Amino acid sequence: MATIYFVSGLERYTGGVESLSVDAPRVRELMETVTEHFPALREPLEFMSIAVDGEIHQHPDYLKLSPDSEVYLVPRISGG
Amino acid sequence: MSGERVFKYVGTRPIRHDGLDKVTGRANYGADFTLPGLLHGYVLRSPHAHARIMSIDTSAADAMPGVKAVITGADIPKTTGVVLLGKEGRYDLGDMGDNLLAHDTALYEGHAVAAVAATSVEIARNAAERIIVHYENLSPVLTVDQALAPGATILHDGLVTKGQPLPDAPTRTNVAMRTELRRGDVDKGFAESDIIVERQFTTPMVHQGYIEPHACVARYGEDGQILVWTSTQGQFIVRDCCAGILGVDAATIKVIPSEIGGGFGGKIPVYLEPVAIALSRKAHRPVKIVMSRDDVFRASGPTSGTKVRMKIGVKQNGTIVAASGSLYYEAGAYPGSPAGAGAMCALAAYKIPHFVIEAYDIVVNRPKVAAYRAPGSPSSTFATESILDEIANRLEIDPIDFRLKNAMMEGDQAPYGPKYGPIGLKQVLESAKNHPHWKAPLGPNQGRGVACGFWFNAGLSSSATVSLSGDGSATVVTGNPDIGGTRVAQALMVSEELDIPIERVRPTVADTDSIGYSDLTGGSRVCYATGMAVIKAAQDVRDQLLARAAKIWDVGVDKVTWDNGCAVPLEPSADRTSLTLRQLAEQMPHTGGPIIGRASVSAPMAGPAFAVNMCDIEVDKETGVSRVVRYTAIQDVGKAVHPSFVEGQMQGGAAQGIGWALNEEYLYSPDGVMQNAGFLDYRMPVASDLPMIDTVLIEVGNPLHPYGVRGVGEVPIVPPLAAVANAMNDATGIRFTDLPLSPPRVLKALLRN
Repeated sequence: MATIYFVSGLERYTGGVESLSVDAPRVRELMETVTEHFPALREPLEFMSIAVDGEIHQHPDYLKLSPDSEVYLVPRISGG
Repeated sequence: MSGERVFKYVGTRPIRHDGLDKVTGRANYGADFTLPGLLHGYVLRSPHAHARIMSIDTSAADAMPGVKAVITGADIPKTTGVVLLGKEGRYDLGDMGDNLLAHDTALYEGHAVAAVAATSVEIARNAAERIIVHYENLSPVLTVDQALAPGATILHDGLVTKGQPLPDAPTRTNVAMRTELRRGDVDKGFAESDIIVERQFTTPMVHQGYIEPHACVARYGEDGQILVWTSTQGQFIVRDCCAGILGVDAATIKVIPSEIGGGFGGKIPVYLEPVAIALSRKAHRPVKIVMSRDDVFRASGPTSGTKVRMKIGVKQNGTIVAASGSLYYEAGAYPGSPAGAGAMCALAAYKIPHFVIEAYDIVVNRPKVAAYRAPGSPSSTFATESILDEIANRLEIDPIDFRLKNAMMEGDQAPYGPKYGPIGLKQVLESAKNHPHWKAPLGPNQGRGVACGFWFNAGLSSSATVSLSGDGSATVVTGNPDIGGTRVAQALMVSEELDIPIERVRPTVADTDSIGYSDLTGGSRVCYATGMAVIKAAQDVRDQLLARAAKIWDVGVDKVTWDNGCAVPLEPSADRTSLTLRQLAEQMPHTGGPIIGRASVSAPMAGPAFAVNMCDIEVDKETGVSRVVRYTAIQDVGKAVHPSFVEGQMQGGAAQGIGWALNEEYLYSPDGVMQNAGFLDYRMPVASDLPMIDTVLIEVGNPLHPYGVRGVGEVPIVPPLAAVANAMNDATGIRFTDLPLSPPRVLKALLRN
C-alpha cells in the first residue's frame, strides 16, 4: 500500500495522524481516500503540491502508485 | 543513465545563434516594434502609497488634440479568475487586473490609475497630467512590523490568512498566508544542543534590475482578434492572463514574444499588455506602451523585503540538532510573496532532526512583488548561513567541514517532505574545500566567507517541434523566450540526437499560434523540461527517418537502426547500404512528405541544485567602502549542455547577489514614496565593481533528464548574500544581520566597535 505522510504542521488537520497507508492505484484515488478520512485537509490542500517518491508533480492525479510509494504534501513554490 | 553516455555536441561551446544580432544591436526587443498608425500609451500613476480614489475626471485629457483614448480602472473588468502554472504558480487575475489600473484604491506609490493613448508619447504624457484624480489619503503600511502591529491599517477588507493559520489568527489581518514546516521535537533538540545562536536578519526590497524595461505593442482588430508583441518570460501566460482579465477567449489573442533583455522572474506578470489592448480597442489603432526606468522601479515586481528570526542549535562535535525560524516576507500590495519557498529552502542543505519553520506572507503598501531568481531562498538562506558561520567560528571548525558534516545526501529527507534523489551538495562542498581560493592568503583588511544555497528547479509543461529541411538541416521551435542561452542549448540537443552540426540547426522561439502550449521561462526549467520535449521531438524525427529508410529498402522498420547519424540496415546488401540523414531528407517527397517531429511533456519538479560560493572582500575601515576582490561560484549543474551559458548564469546570479548584499535597496520616505527609482540612486553593481567570478561546474546527473540536466539559473543568487556577509564578518569582526552592507552601515558599525 502506498503511504502518505502528513508532516510540517499538517498533522493538525488529521487529528495528529502522521501517515496513512492506502491501497490506491493512483494518486487520484489516494487523495480521494485521504480527504474522506480527513475532510479538514481539503482547504490546505489547495496550497500544496504532491511529491511521489521524491518527485514533485504538478498534475499527479493519474500517476500510478506502487505498494511502497511514499507521498508527501509540499507547499507550493514559484520560480523566477 | 547520463553518466554512461558519451556526447558529441552536448558539452561543447558553439557561438549562440542569436549572438551576432545581439552584439550588433539588430535584435528586436520589446520597444523596437512598430506598426502603421501606431499610438503611444502613457500610464498615470498614484503619487500616494495608500489612497482611496474618490473620482477621476478625464475630460480635459479626452479633449486634447492627438489624444485617441483614455481609460481607467473602469475599463478593466473586475474578475475572480486565476491562471495556474501547474500547482506551483497561481496568478489571481482579480489582483492582477486591479494592479493594471486601480479600481477603487491606490495601494502603492506608482500604482496605475489611468492610461492615455495619443499620437505621440509627449501628447499622451501631457494629457495624463490633465487627468484630475481626487484621492482620500489613507495611512500607508510600509513594513511587516507596521502590517502586523495591533490596530494596523488593513489593506484588503476580507483578507483571511490561508494555508496553515494559527488557531488564534486575527480575522482582520494583513497576513495572506502562513506556511509551517515541522519535524521532530524542537524543544528537545535545543535542550540537547551545546551551542545555540539566535539572531534576527533583515533584507531589503530589491529589484530584478533587468536592463530592458517592460514594453509592448497591442492591436485590437475590428473582428475582435488581438495581436500583442511584448517582452515577456511567457507568451502563453500573457495570452491567458489577458484573456482572463479582459474576458475574451484565449484563441482570440496571439502573443509574439520579442527578444528579452533580462527578466529574472520579473517579466512573468502582465503590467502593460491588457492596458494596451484596452486602449487599442477604444482607439481602433495599435498602441505601444514602454515603461520608463522610473516606472519599472515603482510599479513592476521587486522582490520581498524580509525579516527573519532564526535559531540554530548544535552539539559540541558540530552536529546540528535543532532549528527554528520565523520568516516575514513583504508581498507588496497583493498577496503572493515567496515566504513559503523561503521556509522550504532555509534548512534544505542540512540534516536537522528537530526543526520548526513558519513563514508569513504579508501585504504592505509597496509594489506587488514578483519572482526573482530562486524566489524566497536568498533571504532565508542569508539567515541560516550567517548563523552557521558564527557557530563554526565559535566551535573553531572549518566552515566547509562543518557544512560537510551536516550536508544532505541522496536518500535524506528534505525539510519540505520528500527524500532527495541524487544531489551534489557534498561534491560541491568538497570542490570548494579543495579549490585554491579556499587556501589562498588574504591581504590586509580582507576577509573570506563561504555559504551554501539550494533551489528546487521546476518542471511544468513544454512543447517542441523539430522540422527537417530537404538539405538535411533542421529547425527546432519551442515556446520559451530565450533569456539565458536556451536556444543554442536546444539546438545542441537536436544535434546530439540527429548528428547534425550545430550550424545546421536553427532554433526559434515561436508565438502562441505557432507552437503548443508551453509554460513560462522560469524556475530554471527551460533547458531541463523544454529540453526534454526537444529531445523527444528530435527522436520522433529519427524514428520517422528510420521508417523512411525501411520504405526505401522495402524492409520492416525493425530491420533498420540508427548509428552515427545514418540509417543502417541490419541486413545489408548491395542496394541496402547506410543512408545519411541528408540523403533521407532529400528523399522526403518520395517517401511520405515532410518530416516533423513533435513532443510535449509535463515534467516533474525534481533535480534540485546546490551551490557553494566563496567571497573575499576588502574593507576600507575609514570609509566603510568594501570591494569584492575574489569570488568563486561552485554548483551542481547536472549536465552542462553549453558550459559557457551555465557559467554565465552562475556569474550573473553571483553579481546580482553581491549587489543585494552590498548596495541595493528600495528607499522610501515615511509616507511611502520611493526615493531612489533610477540606476543613479539605486546602486547595482557594474562590471568595474566586480572581479572575474570564477566558476566550477560539478556534474551530478539528474536521473529524470535523458542527459542528466538540472536547472541552473536560480540557485546562483542564493549563496552570495551570506557569503558576502560572512566575508565582511571575517574582515571586520562584526556580524552584520541587516542588508545591504553599504558604506554608511558598515562605517557606522565600525565606529561603534
